[in-house]
Amino acid sequence: MISLGSKKKHASNPSQAKAPTGIPGFDEMTGGGMPHGRTALLVGGPGSGKTIFALQFLVYGAEACGEPGIFVAFEETPQRIVANFQTFGWDLQKLQPKKLLFIDAQPSPDLIQSGSFDLGGMLAVLGERVREMKAQRIVFDALDIVLALMPDGASKRREIYRLHEWLLAHGVTAIITSKDDGDETGATSTQPFGFMQFMVDCSVVLNHRVVLGVSQRNLRVQKYRGSAFDENESPFVIGKRGFDVAISRVLGRVDAKVTNERVTTGVERLDTMLGGGYYRAASVLITGFPGTAKTTLSGAFAEAACERGERTVFVGFDSDGTEVIRNLASVGIRLGPHAKSGMLRMVSARTITGSAETLLVRIKAIANEHKARCLIIDPVSTLSKAGNELTAHGVAERLIDWSKSDGITLVCTSLLDEMANQTEVGTPLQISTLADTWIHLNYLVQAGERNRGLSIVKSRGMSHSNQVRELILSDEGVTLTDIYSAGGEVLMGTMRWEKESAELAANEMAEVAAKLKLLNLDAEEAVLEVRVKSLQTELMAKQVEKTLLNRATESREGELTRGLHRVRELRGADKSLAKRK
Amino acid sequence: MKHAAKFKFRLYVADNAMNSVEAVANLTAFCRTHLPERHEIEVVDVFREPKRALADNVLMTPTLIKLAPPPLRRVVGTLSQSVTLQQVLGLEPFAA
Repeated sequence: MISLGSKKKHASNPSQAKAPTGIPGFDEMTGGGMPHGRTALLVGGPGSGKTIFALQFLVYGAEACGEPGIFVAFEETPQRIVANFQTFGWDLQKLQPKKLLFIDAQPSPDLIQSGSFDLGGMLAVLGERVREMKAQRIVFDALDIVLALMPDGASKRREIYRLHEWLLAHGVTAIITSKDDGDETGATSTQPFGFMQFMVDCSVVLNHRVVLGVSQRNLRVQKYRGSAFDENESPFVIGKRGFDVAISRVLGRVDAKVTNERVTTGVERLDTMLGGGYYRAASVLITGFPGTAKTTLSGAFAEAACERGERTVFVGFDSDGTEVIRNLASVGIRLGPHAKSGMLRMVSARTITGSAETLLVRIKAIANEHKARCLIIDPVSTLSKAGNELTAHGVAERLIDWSKSDGITLVCTSLLDEMANQTEVGTPLQISTLADTWIHLNYLVQAGERNRGLSIVKSRGMSHSNQVRELILSDEGVTLTDIYSAGGEVLMGTMRWEKESAELAANEMAEVAAKLKLLNLDAEEAVLEVRVKSLQTELMAKQVEKTLLNRATESREGELTRGLHRVRELRGADKSLAKRK
Repeated sequence: MKHAAKFKFRLYVADNAMNSVEAVANLTAFCRTHLPERHEIEVVDVFREPKRALADNVLMTPTLIKLAPPPLRRVVGTLSQSVTLQQVLGLEPFAA
C-alpha cells in the first residue's frame, strides 16, 4: 500500500503527542519532537553532541513548554556542564533548581564494588525529585558509564528494564544518551544498547565524520514508533545557539508564498533589462570571472535595498566589510551610512573554518538575528571550498530554499574559474539551475583593453532583454550602455566611444554641408528671381514700345491715306482707283 | 584488639529487593565475625527516605557507607565477598 506512509504522517500528529525539542530542523524531521511521555535513545560517538542535544531538549522544555526537567549526569559534574553551556547563551543558573535540576550521578572513583547491585537507589531518589518538581522531562546522560559497572550482560539488561519500567510508570519524556563504538551500521549489534534500541520508542543516531579534512556532523532518526519521520541522514551543526539540524524540503511541505513584487537591482538600466527588477524573494546569481564587478553589482543592490528601508545582510568572503564599503564608495555606492545606521550588516569571513553546513547555519542565524529582507553572499562559490562538492551543493540548495521560504531576496555572486571553463556551462555549485535570475558578467578584450559586458542568461517568469550591455563603472555609479554593434562587429569601451564620436563628427559635417547647400540654393534662387524681374520689366518695355510703334504706324498710315485722299480729291481721281487700293 | 574503635555503618537498601536483603544479611554476618561488639549499623530505605539518599549521593543499591573510623568508604553491592570488605575496612591485620 503506497499511501500508507502519507496516511501515517497525517494520522500521527493528533494521535501522538510530541515533546518539542526546540532544535531547529529536528522538530520538523520528526513532526514535532520527541515522543511525549516516552523514552528516546540518543546514540553517538565521542564529541557527537549528545549532551548538547539532550540539554537543549531540557532547556527548551523548561523555558518554552513549562515542563521542568531533570538532568542526570553520569559523566561530568553538573558544574562543568553548566559552565560549558554558558557559551550557548542559555541561562542555566536562572532555571535551576526549580525548572532544571542537575543530579550528579558520577560513580565516585573510590567506589568499591562487592557483589551485585542495582539502580534502585537512583530511581528512588529520582522518583522523589520528579514528584517534587513535577518534572516532565528527564535526561540520563551517558548511561553506559554506570552500566559498565555491572558485572554481566544479564544484570545490564535487568537494569535497563528497571529504568524503562520506572520511566513508563512516571510518564516522563526521557532521553537516554549513550556512546556507540563508532560502528557505522548503528549500535544495534552492540549489547546492551542494541537491546535498548528495541525497547525505546525513538532512536536517534549522531555521528561525526571527517570528510576531506572537514568535519561533518550528521543526525539520523533510526526509529520512531507511531510517527513518520525523515529517515535520511541530515547534517547538523553545533552553532552559537546550540543544535541546528539542516533539513531539506520535505515533500508535501507548504510552498513558499510567491509575489509579483519587484525590487530594484540598484542599476536603473538593469531594471529595464529585467522589466522592472528582481522578484521579491527570488534568488539571483551573478557569475563572472574575477574583477567583472560582481561585488559592485551586488553592492548596488544592497544600497538600493537599504534606501528602501529593508534590512540587509552582506556576507563577504573576499574582503573585510570595511574594505568592501571603501571600495564600493569609489563607484558611488555608499554603504557606509547604512552600515552605521544598522540597516546594513556587513559580515566578512576571509577564510573558511568549518564545513559549508556550518557556514549556512551561521548565515541563517545572522540573517534571522538581523531580520534581513535582503541577503547578499559574495561569493557563494566559497561554499564548495569547504568539504566536498556534494554537501556544498546540498547547502546551496538549502540556502535558496530557506531564503525563498523566508521571503528573503538573495543575491549570490559566483566565481567562474577563467581557466576552467570559458563557456557559460554552469557554476561549480550548480546553483545556476536553481537560481531564478542569472546574470553573467564577462570581459571583452579588444584593442588593448578589457571591457565588462553584462548579459542576462535567464530570468524566470519575466521578460528580459537578450542584449549584451556594457557595464561602466564611474564615480557617479554603475551604468549600462548599449554596445556598438554594426556589420557584425561588437565594439566596447574606447573603440565604441571612438566609433560613436566619429559618427557624431560625420553627422555634424553632413549637417553643415546641407546648410551650405541651402544657402547656395537661396542665393541662386534670388539671382534668378532678379533676372525674372528684369526680364519682365524688359518685356513690358518692349510691349510698350510695340504699342507705340503700332500707334505711330497707324497714325502715319492714316496720314498717308488722308494725304492720298486729299490728293485724289484734289486731282479728282477715279473712285474706282481709290477703291482698288 | 588494643583499640576499641567503633565502626559506624550506614547501609542504603531498596526496600526488600534481593540485593538489599542479601547485603543486610552479609553485613550483619560480617560484623558478627570480624567486629563483634564494636559496630553500629543503620539501614536506610531509599524508597522511604529518598532525600537522605540524595544527600549521600547514593545511586545504586545496596550501598554501604563506612562513616567511622575515617576515612569514609563506600562499597556497592551485596557485600558477598568478605575478603574485599575486610580490605576496604582496613581489617587485614586482624583477619589472620
